[in-house]
Amino acid sequence: MSAVPAKLPTVLESLLMPFLNILVALFVSGLVVWGLGEDPFFALGLLIEGAFGYEEAIGYTFYYATNFIFTGLAVSVAFHAGHFNIGGEGQAMLGGLGLTLAVFWLGDTAPLLSVFVAVAGAALFGAGWAFVPAWLQARRGSHIVITTIMFNFIASALLAYLLVGPLQRPGGQMPESSDFPDGAGLMQFHEVLAYFGVSFEQSPLNLSFLIALLAALAVWFLLSRTRFGYEMRVAGKNASAAAFAGVSVPRVTIIALMMSGALAGMMGLNELLGEQLRLIGNFTLGYGFVGIAVAFMGRNHPLGIVLAAILFGVLYQGGAELAFEMPTVTRDLIVVIQGLVILFAGAMPHLLRRPVAALYGRFAGRGAA
Amino acid sequence: MSLAPAIETKDLCKRFGNVQANDNISLVVEQGTVHGIVGENGAGKSTLLKMLFGFYQPNSGDLIVNGEKLSLDSPSEAMAAGIAMVHQHFMLVEPFTVLENIILGAEGQGLLRHAAADAKAKLKGLEQQFGFDLPLDAPVSQLSVGERQRVEILKALFRGADVLILDEPTAVLTPQECDQLFDLVRLLKSRGKTILFVTHKLQEIMAVTDTVTVIRAGKVIVRTATAETTPDALAEAMVGAKISRAVERRDGSKGMPRMKLESVCAQSDHGHEALKNVSLEIYDGEVLGVAGVAGNGQTELLEVLTGLRQVTNGTVSLSGNVTNSPNTFTGPIELRDSGLAHVAEDRLKTGVVETMTATENAILGYQRSADFCRNGLLRLKAIAAAAARYFESQDVRPRNPELPVAAFSGGNQQKLVIARELARDPQTLIVGQPTRGVDIGAVTKIHDQITELRNAGKALLVVSADLDELMTISDRIAVMCCGVLEGVVAIEDADERSIGLMMAGSSGELATP
Amino acid sequence: MEFLTDILLLSDSAIRIAAPLILAALAGLCAERAGIVDIGLEGKMLAAAFAAASAAAITGSPWAGLLSGILVSVMLALLHGYVSINQRGNQIVSGMAINIMVAGLAPTLANAWFSRGGQTPLLDSEARFNEITLPLADLLQDVPLVGAVYSNLLSGHSFLTYLAFLMVPVVGWILYRTRFGLRLRAVGENPEAVDTAGISVTLLRYQAMIIAGILCGMSGSALSTALGAGFIRDMSAGKGFLALAAMIFGKWKPVPTLLACLLFAFVDALQGRLQGVSLPLIGEIPVQFTIMLPYVLTVVILAGFVGKMEAPKASGIPYEKDR
Repeated sequence: MSAVPAKLPTVLESLLMPFLNILVALFVSGLVVWGLGEDPFFALGLLIEGAFGYEEAIGYTFYYATNFIFTGLAVSVAFHAGHFNIGGEGQAMLGGLGLTLAVFWLGDTAPLLSVFVAVAGAALFGAGWAFVPAWLQARRGSHIVITTIMFNFIASALLAYLLVGPLQRPGGQMPESSDFPDGAGLMQFHEVLAYFGVSFEQSPLNLSFLIALLAALAVWFLLSRTRFGYEMRVAGKNASAAAFAGVSVPRVTIIALMMSGALAGMMGLNELLGEQLRLIGNFTLGYGFVGIAVAFMGRNHPLGIVLAAILFGVLYQGGAELAFEMPTVTRDLIVVIQGLVILFAGAMPHLLRRPVAALYGRFAGRGAA
Repeated sequence: MSLAPAIETKDLCKRFGNVQANDNISLVVEQGTVHGIVGENGAGKSTLLKMLFGFYQPNSGDLIVNGEKLSLDSPSEAMAAGIAMVHQHFMLVEPFTVLENIILGAEGQGLLRHAAADAKAKLKGLEQQFGFDLPLDAPVSQLSVGERQRVEILKALFRGADVLILDEPTAVLTPQECDQLFDLVRLLKSRGKTILFVTHKLQEIMAVTDTVTVIRAGKVIVRTATAETTPDALAEAMVGAKISRAVERRDGSKGMPRMKLESVCAQSDHGHEALKNVSLEIYDGEVLGVAGVAGNGQTELLEVLTGLRQVTNGTVSLSGNVTNSPNTFTGPIELRDSGLAHVAEDRLKTGVVETMTATENAILGYQRSADFCRNGLLRLKAIAAAAARYFESQDVRPRNPELPVAAFSGGNQQKLVIARELARDPQTLIVGQPTRGVDIGAVTKIHDQITELRNAGKALLVVSADLDELMTISDRIAVMCCGVLEGVVAIEDADERSIGLMMAGSSGELATP
Repeated sequence: MEFLTDILLLSDSAIRIAAPLILAALAGLCAERAGIVDIGLEGKMLAAAFAAASAAAITGSPWAGLLSGILVSVMLALLHGYVSINQRGNQIVSGMAINIMVAGLAPTLANAWFSRGGQTPLLDSEARFNEITLPLADLLQDVPLVGAVYSNLLSGHSFLTYLAFLMVPVVGWILYRTRFGLRLRAVGENPEAVDTAGISVTLLRYQAMIIAGILCGMSGSALSTALGAGFIRDMSAGKGFLALAAMIFGKWKPVPTLLACLLFAFVDALQGRLQGVSLPLIGEIPVQFTIMLPYVLTVVILAGFVGKMEAPKASGIPYEKDR
């Protein structure tokens, strides 16, 4: 087997290839749907209709995309520093806990302030939950993939304990907290638009989406414009060169992973402060893992991550509609499709490179001749 | 009766993309001879070798082994045809024993116990015939470089090789180990083996080969009997035009001691004592060469000088200020600010980040300087301008700083590194392996630059595995063995033999890295 | 005396719990020794658990279950092999993708086939691997100490448990005593040396993945047809990752890995026993905290006791001939 063909134009490389990989993943997913005795094309139609067919659907699509922007950015920041943060789930849970504590702490005294404190709380708790695995990786060389996974389990158990214990809604039976104080929440888009006199169907899409976009911008700025971003990328690519350049690799590792944890933690803003307005158990629903796929599909570039996140938003929202319309298709199937997209778009970026390069070579060759 | 040549190639061609690595290479190697192949880095030697032992397949041309036209599709087919290669980077599994390495892939038996017994019996004969004495049950990780090379050769003989290809076999050896290797090569030849000896060192060609082929830019330039040529003629064929050194060493430039090591001890990454009581001075206006077999403390020496490793005992001082002692430690950034520059010995591992662009690499180590960074933000324009300047001043090609460093040749990468390290006009320059993986045209230029800096009164320390290089550029040569400074010799009194003995340790034992 | 009985009972359940861990850890060991990092153990276990439970439920035979478990697990191992070897993809991402895919696919299929909310039907005793009473166990029951240990601790486990313990020396023998093992260990340390010795790196790594698949298939089958009586959603519960941690703790060697697995299993057994028990001074520990124990232990072990870990040098790195 010879080496992977060297060069393709950037457009093909960063847009066409991921797109083709998603098509392959969808094709395999279609086979699964077909195997379950349903019509895959009909399902695909339902999925697209479910994601874009009406205003509420669009709102939901972007609502889910918000989660994926946060978790995708989280994975990507860690990856630029040379590490795999698979702990997005746990960090998001702790972020949710942090923002919950923040809003209850401030009560209904100052709703606007409490939103800001909640954002800080989410980031802080997420970062804090990432700190221990980060420190262990940087100082003790403990395999961060395994420690972050363990921290996911621990976070899940911790949250479960709190939600049937100290934080449980008084008198409640479900693993959930009391409702947040009035006003402690992020405005939803239809409310914002209504304020400007535009009517839009109600959906959970909220201001977190803007915060997510700002976070993407901030990550882009960090990576390409700041010295810390530069040092982080050097440390991630070549630890020995980083030492040569006077960069403390352990320090950069810890900070980068805490940033990653903070981004994952902020996912709670969307789910809890934007929609649920209370803390619920296991609200993260695997979004942290999907971040891996989002980051890799977006080639670890913030813009790519936003686009990939929207695509996953489509899959999620469309998939939810699909599960509603087709009894044999459950939410579990959406998890399968996620897995397939991660596999094809994340782990096998070069799958179709050879045929595409060959086609391109023919095409370009003819153009030159 | 005359035997067919052991190896013959006819118009062998190999292309990688648009690069013609081998262009109509024709070669005849007679049975039982030593045939030298010389050429600069990048001349196409490695490509040719890899085709000879089946790792690459030629685009066109014929390969004839013992009079029979063959197409070798894999190393095992080459092996079956009796061709074996001793790679420059040994193909050994370090945690495995010598015996395990030798039988790997040629075990013959499903159970290791039986395979090992069979192999030991067979090796006994080979050891007697060729005078090997290797500890078969010791892990390879405990062997010296010279011993590892002998393991590789024994491995080839064990597989019944008649033709041995030795790729740059002397690059990592002491002069004494080289002599031992030459003896072994002659012995192999006298027992009827055919040897391809690949090198860029001309003295070795003259010393050990019967015939020689010079390759330049993928083409055969000269084919001749060694007895009928001279090193000068070969050098000219290798390079294309005569290269003369432009810069001569001026006398009397030696000034004050700039850097000082006093009783320095340091540990390696693995926790064993890598430097033992080393005391040294580097003067302004001199080049202090450091010789030694790789792995004898030179890496740690470079690191304690450049703020990458703290000493466990003693002091390092720069311009009279202690920079490194068990209680004080100055990091690389502050050292650069005090006028010390560092050309890392392992360029790709330490000196650059391969996957980042040349522009981004142009500030590696200087990313905190006010020229390139303000309030934590990068000054992208200033950085791009600096990169452009570096490309201009050292003539780095291709002239595109936005390419990743991996896209440049070794020589051009090194030029970029040198431009970066010289940009702030440092008074002290710590250089590791200045010309490793650099083509010969660039080598001369780098040597000239080092001499110019010396003439301008800078203090330089140069670590090199290439003793010839140190003999060319140094004023004094310090020799290291097993972390001990065996001695410092002024260039006037230095000769390769005595330095070689020091490299092997005062006891005369071979050094184990 | 009661304390001794407690220890005996704990050890007995530890041995039972350890079986799938040991098999999975050995699977990870074979893969990493050949140079492929397998984060997908968890997914393979879960898939095998589902396949085994389904086949056993349909055919009524645990052996058919075991066979299907192994088959499915090997297929996933080959998929991971294809990504890692041919595609030179990121092995961590591939492993996670397999974990996620299986976490969705198993309940989906369970729903489609059995319509029981993502579970398989409860298996009858004939469709499971039942406890085997070792010869003379009944007879020796009353002999002090020896009898207690033999009859209660060693006897009375399922076939798969005995198989798991048997696999430790078997894997050790393959790795250290055979030609194949020599090559497999070599390819994880220095694939170039293997390649230049004329052995196919690709083939060796696929073979290693098949072995890992078989072991992981046994492990998953043990979960659903020996320890449990059917497949339930997410029943692997991180055991694949614990196995990986045990393998690291065991320094990629079979016997130390076995000991690490036993330690994890013992802690897991302990946490089971602690549930609802009131301890002196501390009182009753909430179940959520006892559940955390194995995970916390893993982190502590990775943090404190392992020291510098000497992983096979080439593990996780795709082999490229032209470098």
